[in-house]
Amino acid sequence: MNYVYAGYSVVLVGLALYAARIMARGRALRRALPPDPGPRPDEAR
Amino acid sequence: MTRSPWFTRGLAAGALVFIAAAVVDGLWIMGPTAEQGDYSRLLVVHPPVATYAYVGFGITALASILYLLPRTRRREWDLLAGASAEVGVVFCALTLITGSIWGRPVWGVWWTWDARLTAEALLFALFLGYLALRRIPAAETVRGRRCAVAALIAVLDIPVDHYATSWWQTLHQGSSIDLLQPDKHLDTAHNVGLLLGFLGLGFAFAWLLVQRYRVEQLESRYETEGLALALDARRAEGMPDRVGASR
Repeated sequence: MNYVYAGYSVVLVGLALYAARIMARGRALRRALPPDPGPRPDEAR
Repeated sequence: MTRSPWFTRGLAAGALVFIAAAVVDGLWIMGPTAEQGDYSRLLVVHPPVATYAYVGFGITALASILYLLPRTRRREWDLLAGASAEVGVVFCALTLITGSIWGRPVWGVWWTWDARLTAEALLFALFLGYLALRRIPAAETVRGRRCAVAALIAVLDIPVDHYATSWWQTLHQGSSIDLLQPDKHLDTAHNVGLLLGFLGLGFAFAWLLVQRYRVEQLESRYETEGLALALDARRAEGMPDRVGASR
């Protein structure tokens, strides 16, 4: 069963680490950039 | 839709619920099979991650075609292609690792240069190369166009990888289920486990793709606004001196 546990762990831990990396990168970029001004009034129409 | 917090929360909740159910079914409910014993429990994770690697690369290819066609060319297609390729590479790496873990007790080796395994490793290497190509500095349109062409070449390996077990004699088994061959089926617990694995990892794939696409958008904004921001910061640093000098 050790191989089975190893297989499940690799997938779960791998995906969790990748998700954490994406979230951290997103947070760092949001901090570095000014708030998104959103669409201009003429574009919003 | 991808901007709605409820959409991404729904994907995350779906991933957590179905992955938890798949793990419970795979580790405690599913019984061992006559051919593979307990190792058949790896069916819950290995085929789904392999399939979603294909889906990731397929989305990259589709977005690349839309970027290359003059009528549909939009920067967003290039960003989606990049985001999907990276998520696909992660799923492809997990496919190679879980396959190796499954191969060791069943075949007696961690790795062999069998057609299916070699094609999968080649797919991984091709899309790693694609991600490296995206990092090479160039004008936005030039980079977008050459990456789109590279993605369309790399994706040709998917049918080779998928049909490798039918085209060549391989150590890797063919598909476990075939809707056209009723005698080729699994028992209920294995079917349920496989379905839960596909659902849970599918939700996880979709959530990761949405999040990665948002990061890609932010990176693109940072590329265009980063220089202006740095210049503003430098100007702001110089301002107090100027004010002091004018007094």
